[in-house]
Amino acid sequence: MPFGLDLPTIWAFIIAFAIFAYVVMDGFDLGIGILFPVLPVGRERDSAMNSIAPVWDGNETWLVLGGGGLMAAFPLAYGMILSALYAPIIAMLLALIFRGVAFEFRWRDPGHRAAWDFAFSLGSIVATFAQGVTLGALLQGIAVEGRNYVGGWFDWLTPFSILVGLSLVIGYALLGATWLIMKSEGSLQARCYRLAFGLGIGVILAMAAVSAATPFLRDAYWQRWFAWPQVLFTAQVPLLVAIATVVFFWSLKRLHHYTPFLAALGLFALGLIGLGISLFPYVVPPVISIWDAAAPDSSLKFMLVGAVIMVPIILAYTGYSYWVFRGKTGHEGYH
Amino acid sequence: MFEAFDAVFLARLQFAFTVSFHFIFPSFSIGLASYLAVLEALWLWTGRSVYLDLFKYWLKIFALTFGMGVVSGIVMSYQFGTNWSVFSDKAGPVIGPLMAYEVLTAFFLEAGFLGVMLFGMNRVGKSLHFVATLAVAVGTFISAFWILSANSWMQTPTGHLINAAGQFVPNDWWAIIFNPSFPYRLVHTVFAAYLTTALVVGGVGAWHLLRERTNEGARVMFSMAMGMITVVAPLQIFAGDQHGLNTLEHQPVKVMAMEGHFKNYPDGAPLVLFGWPDQAAGEMKYSVEIPKASSLILKHAWDAPLKGFESVDRKDWPPIAIVFWAFRIMVGLGMLMLALAAFSLLARVRKRLYDWTLLHRFAVAMGPAGFVAVIAGWVTTEVGRQPFTVYGLLRTVDSASPLAAPAVGASLLAFVVVYFIVFGAGVYYILKLMSHSPHRGEEGPQRDHPVRAAGITPGPAVAESIAGGKEV
Repeated sequence: MPFGLDLPTIWAFIIAFAIFAYVVMDGFDLGIGILFPVLPVGRERDSAMNSIAPVWDGNETWLVLGGGGLMAAFPLAYGMILSALYAPIIAMLLALIFRGVAFEFRWRDPGHRAAWDFAFSLGSIVATFAQGVTLGALLQGIAVEGRNYVGGWFDWLTPFSILVGLSLVIGYALLGATWLIMKSEGSLQARCYRLAFGLGIGVILAMAAVSAATPFLRDAYWQRWFAWPQVLFTAQVPLLVAIATVVFFWSLKRLHHYTPFLAALGLFALGLIGLGISLFPYVVPPVISIWDAAAPDSSLKFMLVGAVIMVPIILAYTGYSYWVFRGKTGHEGYH
Repeated sequence: MFEAFDAVFLARLQFAFTVSFHFIFPSFSIGLASYLAVLEALWLWTGRSVYLDLFKYWLKIFALTFGMGVVSGIVMSYQFGTNWSVFSDKAGPVIGPLMAYEVLTAFFLEAGFLGVMLFGMNRVGKSLHFVATLAVAVGTFISAFWILSANSWMQTPTGHLINAAGQFVPNDWWAIIFNPSFPYRLVHTVFAAYLTTALVVGGVGAWHLLRERTNEGARVMFSMAMGMITVVAPLQIFAGDQHGLNTLEHQPVKVMAMEGHFKNYPDGAPLVLFGWPDQAAGEMKYSVEIPKASSLILKHAWDAPLKGFESVDRKDWPPIAIVFWAFRIMVGLGMLMLALAAFSLLARVRKRLYDWTLLHRFAVAMGPAGFVAVIAGWVTTEVGRQPFTVYGLLRTVDSASPLAAPAVGASLLAFVVVYFIVFGAGVYYILKLMSHSPHRGEEGPQRDHPVRAAGITPGPAVAESIAGGKEV
């Protein structure tokens, strides 16, 4: 392979990309669900819902690609992680059911709209929290022996995993608020500017807390971040976070429509890079690396052909679909 | 709670429950997506507004069905890892890529164009909207292709090697994808989806004809559905027979369970119509049978020998009664579908398609029959694969995650409660939509006026006037 890249490494990057695409795109969908309780019933809620109704399904498909891709490329890790994190994964799946059906159900049943709005919101919050807990639990490491998980079914529950869960809830809420700044007008937009300010502060605090706690989880993470000379490289991450933060608050103050969302995306991208620095090349820390978990080359090659051809096509028509529904969304609804 | 249960058994129950619920939605949406594409094509071709009205009528139902299919499907894509981690580790290198291809070539296509299909008529114009509908319909078929390939490989595994870690390693992708049972299973399942949809559409049309014989929309949908059933029901019976012969060749033990053959029959096996398969005693009780007819069906000769369970090690027996009865439910319903096809053909020839009350009542009663038959067929083939996950090579007991029974029991309970609440409500909303008679100027999922000529970008309004989308 040129550039020292082998198939497991390429697949690790493809799956990281799928996870990033999911976090960004379903992040703002789920964020709107998280913000739902503070949006007034009626126009503002309908308008918020309409801004994502045509695209949420495609956004959620990245989660299926993340799961399916992990099973195909790193089957050992897929089985270990999902069985070790059984409770939060099942909670996420159940929560996504409530969130997903609410899009249609709330329009079909005006008499129970409040109930489906509640399901939409609670589903979004629980799904996000569970995703954060999953991430936190993965970072703190999973007890494996041979090819199996050997821990208990509540090992994932620690203060750190709860912290990451809460952080992700605040983070998705920020994505939701900035998405709505972009897609709405009037009172909803004004409300989202105010929300985004508070959430922005929350996200910075959350990132600081998680970043401060992570190096203490394992010595390997400490080495990764602070050992000389790579500290020269890793120190760029907090620097870029600081820049993105400044851009974010500056653009909020100037009432920009698009920049706050883009700056929030920047923060998420930096968070993912930070995660990659901590984890790589381990997929199930502390012992299973991507090479231990990788499927045979015959599997990875076969899929790579499909991914190389299909992912650009998918991005193209996903872009088209966003283009069709561009601009500000009305409240009277596509429905 | 749940300590008394076997964790693997609970995991199997959970998989069976979640996949059965899930399968209901795509078995309807695969056919419905194609039906919508046909309706839109007919509207574009003939300009008759009744087709557009029907399109919008069924589009609302499609939106609900598809949404429920998506959320119940995500559960499936993660459940291999949560509950079947050893299976995922070992078989993941083979079936993982097939499922990844399903996501890459089908799920994104469906999801990407669904938004345009549901809400975009005024924004993209008629032709592009039709392209979106076609993309969704094609996506549902591609999805069936990959997932049935993966499933069929578990039934008739070929094209792989086994490495030192006990993993199945792909050796010949062509042999894996087009494994011996796949073409048969694909045809049989896709026909089943078309039949299921036609029965629902026909049932709804008949229901409205019983109330209002002159309703144009009801007439058109009833006629189209009955025509579809008349063509597909006989084809499906033929396809099912061929699939059965294929199963006899590759999974003879499954056929023993379907037929209820415990003994070896060296000179012609009987066709057991009914009976009680007693697995513990190893015999068929109270059996009503036609001598030698099974050999005639399966081997095309009265005296052809067929083996029974006495030739198979007991530890390789599937749960026989479940397979035996599920198979009879499926075949019985298939025969009723054939009867409906014949009845409707008679009515059509006599020009009484729209006023033969008995036919309409029969069609209403058969409305849900497709779902029952699909689930029964699925149970037949999946339970018939037991006690293996990868037939003959990997046992179900050796496939499960190392989870304790209380964990699996709790999640199973949660799935049951959530599915009944959520999908119960969804089915109720679908029935409510179906109870409205189709009428002129049907509303789609979208309101018919454009959603404000969007603030900063007048694009949609321009596109609309170019496309002449005003008509809707």
